[in-house]
Amino acid sequence: MIIAITATGNSLDEQVDPRFGRAKYICIHDTENGTNKFVDTGDIASLPGGAGPKMAQKIIGEGTGVLITGNGPGNNAHGVITRAGIKVYAGAQNYTIKDALAAFENGELEEF
Amino acid sequence: MKEIVVVSGKGGTGKTSITAALAFLSSEAITLADCDVDAANLHLLFGVKYDEGEEFYSGQLAKIDQNKCKSCGRCKAVCHFDAITESEGQYFISQIDCEGCGYCARICPQTAINMNDNMAGKLYDSTTRFHTPMVHARLGIAAENSGKLVAKVKEKAREVAVKNKSDYILVDGSPGIGCPVVSSLSGADYVLIVTEPTVSGIHDLERVYEVVKQFDLEAGVVINKNDLNISKSKEIKEYLQKNKVELLASFPWHQEFSESLALGKIVGEKENSTLKPILIKLWEKIKESI
Amino acid sequence: MKIAIASGKGGTGKTTVSVNLAAYMSSKYKIILTDLDVEEPNSSLFLDKENYDKTIISRMVPHWNKSTCISCGKCNEVCNFNAVIQIEALNEVVVFPKLCHSCFACSDLCPTSSLPMGRERVGLINHHFHKKFDLIEGILDIGQEQAVPLIARTIAYTDKHYSTDYIKIFDSPPGTSCPVIEAVKDSDLVLLVTEPTPFGLNDLKISVEVMRKLNKEFGIIVNRAESHLQLINNYCQRENIPLIAKLPQSRNIAELYSQGKLVYRIDPQVENEFMKISQFIEIKRAGK
Repeated sequence: MIIAITATGNSLDEQVDPRFGRAKYICIHDTENGTNKFVDTGDIASLPGGAGPKMAQKIIGEGTGVLITGNGPGNNAHGVITRAGIKVYAGAQNYTIKDALAAFENGELEEF
Repeated sequence: MKEIVVVSGKGGTGKTSITAALAFLSSEAITLADCDVDAANLHLLFGVKYDEGEEFYSGQLAKIDQNKCKSCGRCKAVCHFDAITESEGQYFISQIDCEGCGYCARICPQTAINMNDNMAGKLYDSTTRFHTPMVHARLGIAAENSGKLVAKVKEKAREVAVKNKSDYILVDGSPGIGCPVVSSLSGADYVLIVTEPTVSGIHDLERVYEVVKQFDLEAGVVINKNDLNISKSKEIKEYLQKNKVELLASFPWHQEFSESLALGKIVGEKENSTLKPILIKLWEKIKESI
Repeated sequence: MKIAIASGKGGTGKTTVSVNLAAYMSSKYKIILTDLDVEEPNSSLFLDKENYDKTIISRMVPHWNKSTCISCGKCNEVCNFNAVIQIEALNEVVVFPKLCHSCFACSDLCPTSSLPMGRERVGLINHHFHKKFDLIEGILDIGQEQAVPLIARTIAYTDKHYSTDYIKIFDSPPGTSCPVIEAVKDSDLVLLVTEPTPFGLNDLKISVEVMRKLNKEFGIIVNRAESHLQLINNYCQRENIPLIAKLPQSRNIAELYSQGKLVYRIDPQVENEFMKISQFIEIKRAGK
């Protein structure tokens, strides 16, 4: 399964970005083989409008099954993400990426 | 770090004066953000000067390259914003009316239309006369306020707040209920609504509260100029009770507001301020509510 | 003649000036008052509301037709506002009406016409009928973020129902950005309402720059004119802008306003200031 995490930087020690559409990076974590890929989403973050839907398009395109983020996606993006069958876990902005993944595995994150 | 956003729906209720006073009187570390980018005023009370600032681009505007244009008129035919006019066989795009959709540029057979990035304003990261960090902005003249500059102010304020280890970000929000307000509210931990007991004040409070509710945000209310109209004030209190919103404080109609403002001072700044105790109590209540 | 009442700062008294000016001038002229502060319309609170027509206002947004869509992605490519997004994994095109600016590009350029434009409600226009003058107000639905399309429609509605021999007074939204520009851009004269405070002056200066950029004829009305009036006086002199009238700072006016009452007849001084505004308008009108 693919876990997408909104990230403020491109390493596991960076904080989870509280924003969804305007997150600086997305960490794509593959639970099958434990790999992490950081996608620079600066182009989406700087859009005048519609960053949420664009980000939704991006993570759906990555085959995401679980999204971990901070504030949670806005209404626009949330509908699409849900329809794509992605489970959203919000409120993780105080974790680093590494800790957020661990918290998810231990069932400590709350579903949005 | 918690983010408190102050809004009012209606202008002139004392939103900025109260935001400034809370930041001034609180003993915690605060970062200020002025999201009323159309008519930013917070900096006037804090002795902040606009400096060079960071240019902010948002959206695009179409422009016709007259050397390439063959005057076929297709651009004018597809524009739904009446932004393209024709004069003696030449076509022009009004930079005021252009919406930036790019339709004309896409269908121009001569590719004579360019989409240029639009400088929509400037962003400032300043320090106040009390050394409180403040992030504010100035929208370009006649530029569009899509809410993105507001989002940018908030984003910068978060960065600044982290750097300065602030306990709270205090945001002076935008008036109305449209995109700038929605951007002001996004990601807030608490919303403070400032209203006044007038027919317009109540009407606008109800509308802005509906928006706050849509975002499922915690909110509390302050009535300013409370004694101006006791029966309207009662009406507001009934409305708040019905909607289970906490009334955090009521301020009397007081000269100190206008006097402080006229001097470019913050309410509560002068010695023996009558309003200071109410403001301090208000701040305590806000902190408890978060 | 079209007159927009505007101000950068909120709460300076735009609505007070608009409704009282309309009432004052209606004894002599044919007046229509239009409230363009569609996010927070307040003019009607100051007038009786017995008899009015209600019109639902919509704008056009694309609606996706799955059965004819060939998933070419053209719509996704042409939308500059990310309001139309193709989700390949779901085999779907998703339209976000709130982000749509109604430019029609996706709909027109779709090779299989799978995005026909259809209505999306944005708000209401209420048309109130009064003995002395009528009022038209645009009211944006809660949850709608774009005020501009409704402002444009409210102006068009006014022009459709009232001929050019009316003096049309437009109570404009606050601020200095798109909603204000939409509200004032077709007007013949703009009256900027300000207050003699550093906030008022700061926002007035921005409004003046906007009016100059739009090539508008404009003048200034000071509300709550009291001790620091010279702040605005000096500015108007320096910039050579007519200072048309000064409404006094008065607790009585504030109380009447709070009750939703008109104030132009409370005392000769206030009435005199409205006379000055009316005369200023008359001179500009004669010059047209």
